[in-house]
Amino acid sequence: MSRIPTLVIVFAYLSLLTFGGGMAAYPEMETLTVDVYHWLTGTELIHLYSVGQAAPGPNMMMVTAIGAHVAGPLGALAAVVAFLAPTALMTLAVGRLWRRLEGWSWRDAIQRGLAPVSVGLILAGCISLGRGALTGWVTVSVAIAVFALVLSTRINPALLVLGGALVGLVGLAR
Amino acid sequence: MSGEPTRPATVSIGDIFRVFLLLGATSFGGGVVAYLRSSLVGKHRWLDDTAFVELLSISQTLPGLNATNMAILVGDRLRGTTGAAAAICGICLPGALVMFVVGMLYGHHAGRPAVAAMLHGVGAAAVGLVTAVSLQIGRRSLDGLADLAFVALSVLGVHALHLPLPYVLVGVGLLAIWWHRPRRT
Repeated sequence: MSRIPTLVIVFAYLSLLTFGGGMAAYPEMETLTVDVYHWLTGTELIHLYSVGQAAPGPNMMMVTAIGAHVAGPLGALAAVVAFLAPTALMTLAVGRLWRRLEGWSWRDAIQRGLAPVSVGLILAGCISLGRGALTGWVTVSVAIAVFALVLSTRINPALLVLGGALVGLVGLAR
Repeated sequence: MSGEPTRPATVSIGDIFRVFLLLGATSFGGGVVAYLRSSLVGKHRWLDDTAFVELLSISQTLPGLNATNMAILVGDRLRGTTGAAAAICGICLPGALVMFVVGMLYGHHAGRPAVAAMLHGVGAAAVGLVTAVSLQIGRRSLDGLADLAFVALSVLGVHALHLPLPYVLVGVGLLAIWWHRPRRT
């Protein structure tokens, strides 16, 4: 159980990097969980992250799966609480301050300045994930098809992820 | 929508937990914000549209997932700290339970070729999904060529220069905030 404190520190730190969404923290999550602590392999991380996209609710509940994989039920609890608590407390505090900051001229500057950085970090996360997950023409075609369908239809994303699983089963099994 | 009561006096902690639990069980992928809007603004009238957009813009500026930040802000508006706690627990519980089970099973079954092949396909689909959702967010929040340059700088910082993510975040963040600094006219 000595891994619990490390899990807490790692996921609390990752929590503070999730500007714009969980994807922004993905490159750092890969570095820490795979390269530094060897909790799982790069492929395992991609698998858990991707299955997490088909799970209901906020799209980073996969941190629970990493915690469970590393240290069982207690690890799952530690990872998800550590991942949620720091930003939750910050949001609670800033949410109450926000209206009082209305007249502060830098409020708008901070908001407009952080927007492109968030988008950049999320794209960087997509690139990290893509590097690991796109290994041949089948996977590239699936990614392009899903990308196009999300942008052009209102189809439930969970169905697309399920479709990816079926294509994988048919096209990638050896 | 104007003139409608936006904060019924009778929202209980239990109501908050139940509504967010249902949201957490039925919303998928990047679409959580749309589900939140139709439930909180449309169905339950806990917020009006203006308040929803305001809270969403706070959610998107701060670190944290949009869905959990929204849960905190809405819960806090309705019933203070307890409301915020009920909302975030509710919205996270279903997905966290699902992924807990996945995490416990994963080690035992991932070695099977059929499972590995399916997960490989799921990974590819996830790349397409998150990239598309990111693009949708970016299209809405970016403003001009300078912002595109800040996006590019962040990506290059992470992938070409291999800088630690916090350095990129603070470095490019400060630069971009300075660029958008308040100007007296």
